[in-house]
Amino acid sequence: MASALDYTLPVGAHGTGAADRLAPQLLDAAPMLPDPSERCPGVEKHVRMLHGTTTLAFKYQGGVVVAVDSRASAGAYIASQTVKKVIEINPFLLGTMAGGAADCSYWERYLGMRCRMFELDQKKRISVAAASKILSNITHSYKGYGLSMGTMICGWDESGPQIYYVDSDGDRLHHHLFSVGSGSTFAYGVLDTGYRYDLTKDEALALAQRSIFAATYRDAYSGGTVRVYHIDQKGWQRMSETDSMELYFKFRQEKA
Amino acid sequence: MSCTEPLRLSAAPKAGVRGPHERRFNPYDHNGGTVLAVAGTNFAIVAGDTRMSSGFNILSRNQSKLLQLTATTVLATGGFRGDVSTLQKLLKAKLVEYEHKHGEPMKVHAIAQMLANTLYGRRFFPYYTWNILSGMDENGVGCVYSYDPVGNYERVRVNVTGSGEPLIQPLLDNQFERQHQQLASKPPPLSVGQDLAEATAIVKDAFYSAGERDIYTGDTMEVCVITKDGVKLESFELNVD
Repeated sequence: MASALDYTLPVGAHGTGAADRLAPQLLDAAPMLPDPSERCPGVEKHVRMLHGTTTLAFKYQGGVVVAVDSRASAGAYIASQTVKKVIEINPFLLGTMAGGAADCSYWERYLGMRCRMFELDQKKRISVAAASKILSNITHSYKGYGLSMGTMICGWDESGPQIYYVDSDGDRLHHHLFSVGSGSTFAYGVLDTGYRYDLTKDEALALAQRSIFAATYRDAYSGGTVRVYHIDQKGWQRMSETDSMELYFKFRQEKA
Repeated sequence: MSCTEPLRLSAAPKAGVRGPHERRFNPYDHNGGTVLAVAGTNFAIVAGDTRMSSGFNILSRNQSKLLQLTATTVLATGGFRGDVSTLQKLLKAKLVEYEHKHGEPMKVHAIAQMLANTLYGRRFFPYYTWNILSGMDENGVGCVYSYDPVGNYERVRVNVTGSGEPLIQPLLDNQFERQHQQLASKPPPLSVGQDLAEATAIVKDAFYSAGERDIYTGDTMEVCVITKDGVKLESFELNVD
């Protein structure tokens, strides 16, 4: 295995003299892939990352529910409690944000432009499948460059409600229920327990909110406000934006 | 010669022998400083100190971090001075070009997105800059946009960034966002509830406090007040030590 990855340095390219003779042993089986972030050490930790995040989306009989938290952290410092992690691509398409905030917001803004171009060209709305594929083709072409995004493209098209998960590895998955981010395990715990396809709209919205709240409660990197969106054949609607502390007091009272 | 040294069979380097080392281009410095902005119902305040440092050296005591972009927009930028200057020069050129093309100055929300796209254009070799854009929106309400170095942005009521951020942000959260003041009225949706005099007093206190405790903040504080009539600049002394 190691031989396939053997990497010898061009003489004189890195280091000089005695060190050159040591290079083959020290670098054995360590191919040097280009890492753009290497060029500017220290920058990554200052860039506002959403590595701490909880987002979820699921289909049910009435459409799609999307819910997110709103915290951005840089290490242990809370950089913002008011991030908009649902990106409104157009009236029928929503994208969610996890990973690099700028990567998600820039490329989903670009996706909005591409979707509009499709509409002008084809005189019909783009399918969620096609929109998500535009994005996954982009993330796939930037694979290895250090983009960081985990996003759900949610919408309603000719064949009904749709959710696609697209990430910076180039993955693109179609499913009826996803949760993404550091708090996703906590959200899944509540979501899987309460999920049924025949949920009513109110039940579905409450379940989404309760799942994100569970994540803000147990995951230190998630918090702020819980935002809930709903998508049906008429497009998306913003349903609620509730401070997580307010929800805490509400759920505590319900339990007592 | 007695043989106390263990026998080495491999070509592993002896202790004390330095491994290969790499020389590399380090294109960044951190020049410190703090910038802050507050959006009011009919005004906006942008403030910044004028100290420029590198490590423990003070390189300048009067290097402004504020740049007026249009009649009612001001950009405040901290971080690496080289990138700040490059970015400012580029934005000014883009704004001139826009005005020639469209016959009117760019509106603040458009400048906000242009700045985001400009920053993201250097996603893989970022401008090492922390930006706050402030101005008046189309309804005459003050507005503040906060950025990260690669162009994620958001409209906020109030923002501070740079070396004084961890000292000042909690004060702003409490006084402007009214966090954990259960009896106080909540601020309006896009701006703070305070009037110009109250807001300016909090901004000045914030800078005096940061100047006391942050070695990278000091010398002078510049305060820009933006209203529909334009921009007014005032300066106040901070600690010089």
